[in-house]
Amino acid sequence: MIAGLFNYWVVIILMMAGLYIVMSSRHLVKKIIGLNVFQTSVFLLFISMGKISGGTAPIIADGFTAYSNPLTHVLILTAIVVGVATTALGLAITVRIYEAYDTVDEDDIAEMDIENENKETAVSTVVAKNT
Amino acid sequence: MIYQLPAIVLLLTLLAAPICSMIRNGDIAWKLAVIAAWLSVAASMALMHQVWGGNEISYHMGGWPPPWGIEVRIDELSALVLILVTLFGSLVITVLRESLRTAMRSHRHSLYYTTFLLCMASLIGITITGDAFNVFVFLEISSLSTYALIARGRDRRALTAAFRYLIMGTIGATFILIAIGFMYMVTGTLNMADLAVRLPEHADNRVVQASFAFFIVGIALKIAIFPLHYWLPNAYTYAPKATTAFLAATATKVSLYVMIRFIFDVYGVEFSFKQMHIDALLLPLSVAGIFIASLIAVFQSDVKRLLAWSSVAQLGYMSLGIAMVNVAGLTATVTHMFNHAMIKAGLFLCLAAMIYRLNSSHIKDLAGIGRSMPLTTGAFAVLGAGLVGIPLTAGFVSKWYLINAALENGWVILAVMLIISSLMAVAYIGKIIDVAYFKPAPAQHKDVKEVATSILIPCWIFALLTIYFGIDTRLTAGVAGRVAETLLGVGL
Repeated sequence: MIAGLFNYWVVIILMMAGLYIVMSSRHLVKKIIGLNVFQTSVFLLFISMGKISGGTAPIIADGFTAYSNPLTHVLILTAIVVGVATTALGLAITVRIYEAYDTVDEDDIAEMDIENENKETAVSTVVAKNT
Repeated sequence: MIYQLPAIVLLLTLLAAPICSMIRNGDIAWKLAVIAAWLSVAASMALMHQVWGGNEISYHMGGWPPPWGIEVRIDELSALVLILVTLFGSLVITVLRESLRTAMRSHRHSLYYTTFLLCMASLIGITITGDAFNVFVFLEISSLSTYALIARGRDRRALTAAFRYLIMGTIGATFILIAIGFMYMVTGTLNMADLAVRLPEHADNRVVQASFAFFIVGIALKIAIFPLHYWLPNAYTYAPKATTAFLAATATKVSLYVMIRFIFDVYGVEFSFKQMHIDALLLPLSVAGIFIASLIAVFQSDVKRLLAWSSVAQLGYMSLGIAMVNVAGLTATVTHMFNHAMIKAGLFLCLAAMIYRLNSSHIKDLAGIGRSMPLTTGAFAVLGAGLVGIPLTAGFVSKWYLINAALENGWVILAVMLIISSLMAVAYIGKIIDVAYFKPAPAQHKDVKEVATSILIPCWIFALLTIYFGIDTRLTAGVAGRVAETLLGVGL
């Protein structure tokens, strides 16, 4: 049972690990790493379902009758491109966050935002009193 | 030419985007973007004309017949969403130049138009495609361009909002990818029409049921159905002014379209409602979303954030219509999808015009704006009436169908609750109108002037359309009614 579905067990473990990293870590770069692990697990899921026992690469040649399904590989090539683009954009935003906040820790950023908001309301009440 | 229209409507914006990125001059890029966008409006109108009355277009990309090739499939529902995306997108892109002038250095403008066009093109792609994997790819293109658009906001909190949306959006899209993978595992096809034929045989298969669960959670994240709306308020609040109008009008509505398409067409009514009981999940969540989000909106002091929370509440109305499982309910969902897109885009655009002059979206700063900017505030008031659902505005039509649907199911309490929730909308819109017309303007805003005509005209187009679709409902409720009958499989 476990041996026959080995790929799928790996997929589930990676998927859960990835999702856990995304949710639990406060560091933005670690979040992106978790997202990557999560996406990779789905890539493995697709690749595993395209495999046919005893099948070879889908190139017609003499002596072979069983071929693996190439469609899932093509789909995943597209999904990998999407994943790379997401990672690149995520990292780019992280760099800009670091420039703006001087930190990439989610809790620190939230704290700074709250402080900022308090200051803004304080300023606007002062203005309102003066007018 | 006519035969190629389904491809042309997508290619116009998709090809204009990379060309825009190569033009250094922002003005020329803007002209190109505007021309491409308005041509795609014309194309989608022509498509609507072709499918009017319940026809369907099936276009084979590259001449490969489905299920092997990629099929483009357009019926009245997709044509309506197509008009929604292209028309409201084009109206926003027309004012974008004026809005960007102060926000960004001019050599960056053409890149912004590129991102905007890419977002529009991918939303068009989601709407017309008949291939499940294509939906995922276009969904990701639209999400990626949306993150980039939001991150261009002036406040640094725009960056964290974009990052948060990126994490949530990617998880949602990956869930959809898992769902599509499971469907492919069982049926061996990705064509949506083909899936619809093959899935019922496997309705008892655990894999199909798991795929349904993954799909619903993934797409609910994208639509921002309560309680998965976590990313929406900040994303709308900190996105650049005019861009918020575009996002509020299109992104969530197209995701909702995908949900309708998959629940009713691909998985089928029998499976979604009789076996998986999706209505039992959507009904309480929608009602809770309507009330909680409306309540939060009432207590907001930033008008942009107020409207964002109101969007979460309005999305509750749309998912509620699905949960009713009757023709009137689904009619309400589709009608409200169009009407709310129009109203909210108009409201955000008027607000953008006000922020343009006031440099603030705090409700205190809007005091007396009804006298200094009468035309903008007038449009805002008309659109606000539409949001509340006052008769003779578009918002009334959709709420009417929704209440009818509740009564049809015998849910009188729900109908009463819907009316109460409308009163909450009166509270938060009334709060703005009250400040705008009946409070004296603060000293620093004494010399505020009306915005340029190029911004005013789109604002008033939205306002007049809101009134027009409150009276002539052939395009909205008429189409929605036919679509609802087809999707639920009655009347034909």
